[in-house]
Amino acid sequence: MATQNQTVTTHGGAAHGSAREYLWGLFWSVLLTVVPFAMVMVGGFDTGLTLAVILLCAVAQVFVQLVFFLHMNNSSEQTWNTVSAVFIVLIVAIVVLGSIWIMNHLNHNMLMGH
Amino acid sequence: MNQMSIPSPEPGYTGYVDKEHHHDMAGDTLLGFWIYIMSDCILFATLFATYAVLSTSFAGGLTPTDLFDLEFVAVETALLLFSSFTFGMAMLGAQQQRMAQLLLWLGITFALGGGFLAMELYEFYHFSHEGAGPTTSAYWSAFYALVGTHGLHVFAGMCWMIVLVVHMLKDGISSTNFTRLSCLSLFWHFLDIIWICVFSMVYLMGVM
Amino acid sequence: MPLIVGLMNLVVPLQIGARDVAFPFLNSLSFWLFVVGAMLVNASLFVGEFAATGWLAYPPLSGLEYSPWVGVDYWLWALQISGIGTLLSGVNFFVTIIRMRAPGMTLMKMPVFTWTSLCANVLIILAFPILTVTITLLTLDRYLGTAFFTNDLGGNQMMYVNLIWAWGHPEVYILILPAFGIFSEVTATFSRKRLFGYTSLVYATACIMFLSFIVWLHHFFTMGAGASVNAFFGIATMIISIPTGVKIFNWLFTMYKGRVRFDSPMWWTAAFLITFTIGGMTGVMLAIPAANFVLHNSLFLVAHFHNVIIGGALFGYFAGLTYWFPKATGFKLDETLGKWACALWTVGFFLAFMPLYVLGFMGMTRRLNYYDNPVWNDWLLVSGFGALVVLLAICVQFYQIFASIRDRNKNLDLTGDPWDARTLEWSTSSPPPFYNFARTPDVRDRDQFDYLKRHGLAFKQPEQYSRIHMPKNTWAGIVIAVFSGVMGFGFVWHIWWMVIASTLAMLVALLVYNFQKSKDYYVEVEEIEAIEDAHFARVEAAMTSSKNERSEYSVRRRGTPLSMPA
Repeated sequence: MATQNQTVTTHGGAAHGSAREYLWGLFWSVLLTVVPFAMVMVGGFDTGLTLAVILLCAVAQVFVQLVFFLHMNNSSEQTWNTVSAVFIVLIVAIVVLGSIWIMNHLNHNMLMGH
Repeated sequence: MNQMSIPSPEPGYTGYVDKEHHHDMAGDTLLGFWIYIMSDCILFATLFATYAVLSTSFAGGLTPTDLFDLEFVAVETALLLFSSFTFGMAMLGAQQQRMAQLLLWLGITFALGGGFLAMELYEFYHFSHEGAGPTTSAYWSAFYALVGTHGLHVFAGMCWMIVLVVHMLKDGISSTNFTRLSCLSLFWHFLDIIWICVFSMVYLMGVM
Repeated sequence: MPLIVGLMNLVVPLQIGARDVAFPFLNSLSFWLFVVGAMLVNASLFVGEFAATGWLAYPPLSGLEYSPWVGVDYWLWALQISGIGTLLSGVNFFVTIIRMRAPGMTLMKMPVFTWTSLCANVLIILAFPILTVTITLLTLDRYLGTAFFTNDLGGNQMMYVNLIWAWGHPEVYILILPAFGIFSEVTATFSRKRLFGYTSLVYATACIMFLSFIVWLHHFFTMGAGASVNAFFGIATMIISIPTGVKIFNWLFTMYKGRVRFDSPMWWTAAFLITFTIGGMTGVMLAIPAANFVLHNSLFLVAHFHNVIIGGALFGYFAGLTYWFPKATGFKLDETLGKWACALWTVGFFLAFMPLYVLGFMGMTRRLNYYDNPVWNDWLLVSGFGALVVLLAICVQFYQIFASIRDRNKNLDLTGDPWDARTLEWSTSSPPPFYNFARTPDVRDRDQFDYLKRHGLAFKQPEQYSRIHMPKNTWAGIVIAVFSGVMGFGFVWHIWWMVIASTLAMLVALLVYNFQKSKDYYVEVEEIEAIEDAHFARVEAAMTSSKNERSEYSVRRRGTPLSMPA
């Protein structure tokens, strides 16, 4: 068992967490979930404000997951993981926002809107 | 001119490495799986884009405000959030070579995932029953495609969990099995991240 | 596309000094998935009907209402299966290039073909999921009656066009980037110089990779987007021509003051430089939204994209095929016939497609099955004659392959380095042993093999070997792929028991493979020694005979005394 243990802890480039870290992750993600849910369920807030809070909490919680649960950091072993993640975020934004922008135009100009 | 600028190698250089080193295969697997997850992000991005574009195409039928029940979604969300945490605890168990701890936390994760999936299926059944099935309008098609794809991923993750437990029981927490568990862990946390986007953009914004 | 992935499979591991790709099983699986996809779409020619919906199957024509039978279903499942295979390849090559390079080979010491392959694979990873989703949604429309792209129930056909081009545009760069890499290798080798502006070429490749994601709307400028959207995508499209232009100058300056040898790969490169530049310029013309309203759907567009696909990608693949053919088989393709093929292709291409530019301006649209404008006649005749010349060129190429195999003993490559080339793949024998390199290379220079030759270190047998870790062959890839094909066939014909049975069979095969142990083994030193001794004996013989005969290729080619192995 002891030798196996050694191979396990040194391989792979994946960083490891601790119970403390996971508990903090849980705490933050619960908080960031409760806030937007409560805001929408209670109601009565300004639409723009609610929208902003939902989006901010979502982005923040994605970061919480990445840092506390996936243990992303800027160590050299993880360079490629981090670089690829940043690049993916960019492409996701292009695909989603680009599509929405284009399709809004098309719907508007081709009288497809409802 | 170029030829001058290349420095000569030190004496004893043969063009080969002196000693063959062992390649870190686990690292290859983890990076490969990470890259697969990145491409899965694009898959979900496309579904989100479709959902956003079709988000008002109700064709005169039911709208999300008519049907969405945020308390229900909050429970679903809680199940998935806690399962992310419990999976983390299972990983800790594996790192410390504690099989019992690993299996216990993995079992809890499985149960939470199963609960989430059951609730989602019930929700789908309920919506269809109320008259909002996948063929009702473009909006509902997009809704089922997005949420359903996420559910399908959760289902796949749970099947994988079963296979992994069999591996663990057969060979113990070997280095290969630990790599497999790490991949599944990435997958599971990734599903949680996708769900954050789903509840924010589909459910919360849907009833705003 | 399959051709270029095949070349990558051969060349990339060799160029980076690796013994194999990172995930050999995935590689086998994705190859067979592609084969199955190709077979499925060809099956539709015999069983059922072939899809009559054009390349990209726009709905509503491809919807159930207008294409009620199985043609589109074949297309969907074939594309889905081979698309997943492509995605797996993309992940595989990405990890291979990132993690399996020989020690000393930093990113900026990677050969250019490896760089362009890396970028092409990043594009595969990013773009193919979009295709997967798009055609899945169309499949759902056809099978379950969902309303994504339908006319009624709020469906939106233009979303399909949007998504398919968000995949489709990166896809054309997946085709062309590796071709750029091939031209870079060929130009440097046959100009006997280091590549001019390596760094700028790498950055240009990366720029193209990124920009290819923000231009997809130029495929549907006329679909009704407003001025701001069209302007943005038009400008982005024009900007892509800048890094592409940088590359053209890289190749030109590499040739400048080099001692250029015109072997047939270099012929293809020269033909490419001219043809592709014209294609690129007409592309910039089409990128102007206002001009696009006049030219879209005309033969001008047809001429443009054939100009870049044939003059760019295809000529590149031919150059690469000729260049690396000896590495794969151990003998060269017939040079004379190769030059004939290139000349005929180039002449035929210009005759066939230049008139189409003119016809486009004269208002001829594409996809006509009938025309009644006598003014077009002469141009169309020239174009038709050009097509015949291209046909002749293709015949010459088939004959070239036949003749080269027949006369292979005349063109044997005994040294592993038939072109006096510069990168690592030429330092091993032709064809390479199954472990690629008996000893892992220690890389010092971008043109590592040239570096070794300069310092008299090439063609030297190392004193000792150690055993090599290799993956075993596996049945799992082909089995899973075949069942996926059966599943696709079942879906096409709505044979549900077949779908369920083959899906279960796929899962079982995957599980059995998953639980298999000992997927790898060691090649023992004796076996390596036997193979390597034979190789170096052949090298020795080739060197001696070329010294004696004087007229022989390698003396003439190996040029500088410094690079002559002592």
